[in-house]
Amino acid sequence: MQIDFPHRQSAHCENGVVSNLMRFHGYNYSEPMVFGIGSGIFFSYIPFIKMGGIPVTSYRTLPGAIFKRFAKRIGMKVESKSYSSEQKAMADLDVMLEKGVPVGMLTSVYYLTYLPDAYRFHFNAHNIVVYGKEGNNYLVSDPVMETTTTISAEDLIRARFAKGVAEPKGRMYYPTQFPKEIDQKEAIWRGIKRAGFDMTEIPIFILGTKGMKYLAGRLQKWPERLGDRKAIQYLGNVVRMQEEIGTGGAGFRFLYAAFLDEASSIVGNKELYDLSKELTASGDRLRDFAYYAGRVCKSRKTDVLSFAELADILRECAEREDKIFRRLHQIAKDNI
Amino acid sequence: MSHSMRCSRVAHFSLSLRTVKEEEVPQDDANMLQGKFRKLYYATDGSAHYKGVGSVGWEPENVVLEQAWEDIRERVAEAKEKVLAGGASPVLYHMERTLMTPDILAGHIGWPAFVVRLHLRPFFFGRLGRKTLEKYAYAFQISLDELTDITKVK
Repeated sequence: MQIDFPHRQSAHCENGVVSNLMRFHGYNYSEPMVFGIGSGIFFSYIPFIKMGGIPVTSYRTLPGAIFKRFAKRIGMKVESKSYSSEQKAMADLDVMLEKGVPVGMLTSVYYLTYLPDAYRFHFNAHNIVVYGKEGNNYLVSDPVMETTTTISAEDLIRARFAKGVAEPKGRMYYPTQFPKEIDQKEAIWRGIKRAGFDMTEIPIFILGTKGMKYLAGRLQKWPERLGDRKAIQYLGNVVRMQEEIGTGGAGFRFLYAAFLDEASSIVGNKELYDLSKELTASGDRLRDFAYYAGRVCKSRKTDVLSFAELADILRECAEREDKIFRRLHQIAKDNI
Repeated sequence: MSHSMRCSRVAHFSLSLRTVKEEEVPQDDANMLQGKFRKLYYATDGSAHYKGVGSVGWEPENVVLEQAWEDIRERVAEAKEKVLAGGASPVLYHMERTLMTPDILAGHIGWPAFVVRLHLRPFFFGRLGRKTLEKYAYAFQISLDELTDITKVK
């Protein structure tokens, strides 16, 4: 059974999967819209949780949160299952494909053989859509790819049952019920309100814009605290988390700006458009940060001044985003 | 460095780097994507609204990605030496080669991570039964032969 699946490339996997699944079911939501309504933007720097010996930095919400919030705000129902048995998970997938339902699922990037080798790390929360089966191969719509692709059943099993941090456990999901009427404006405002809250109001110093400031302070001290080699490793990781597929950070700023741009014409609020311009400026500064950090990493010298400069750029971004999201939070509260 | 100098340098770069405009999306190809696809960036078009633009890469990103791989290659080489010298079991080499950690392996083998850490030593590895070895071989996607003799791995 082959489904005609409307694949479209996206900058981030989770948005892309949601956007593509919605398009399949006849609802047109662009990637930025999904990201915005799902309040995907965030920042956190968690020094006490380490992956591969390096503290976790994230420029987005937890995996799965975007879809969950988006579904709630649009008012659709989503069936989501995870499995302990590989056979059962694959059999259920085949049943859904037989019925002609494309299925979103969590996979580990490492086992997705169609991706470029350089990106294949053990990252367990990559979202893809499987929409058909041909012999022993599954037809895959991976949102980061320009076109659809295929994967063998063995690789897909490994990818769905990868081990380690946040195991996917064969999780798969598909929308089951859509609302008759969708209140777009309400959904957009609720999305913005939550994003504004997450970025500025959570009273924990490692989350939101406070987290950016905190990272700036820590980063400044890395060369003396950790020594050259470690400091550069840490810095490289921050940049990787900022720019890489699926986790892009500055990219998320542009994505959110694109959402504000689109939303401003839907809800008829000019200020959102202005704020989108400001957020773009902040995203540009984050790219400056990545550019400099890349140079520091390339030269492999942690001349302390350059770390202080980098910290300044981060602080500037934090300052800007604090203002932007405070304002967004306020506007959203006024409009709900 | 004086403050003004710092500002001017930063200003210069943000002018040349600004990715807002569609034609300014970076296209620094370091073959990271192996030509498999282009990444999607969001940039503004002529009317100052956003649209998606494909990119083959951006230099800073290529640098840090390459660096991450360099670190990994270094660790793999070290592990290989250690295993060949008899200082560690082949599990160490395969673990580094497949970018795993004892925690990830523990999930595959069905033993706690500290047991996997024991298996990194030749003494404990030598006492493993066929069943456990097969589990390791499956996790590393290799044959039993390649598992025990690391020189056979391509």
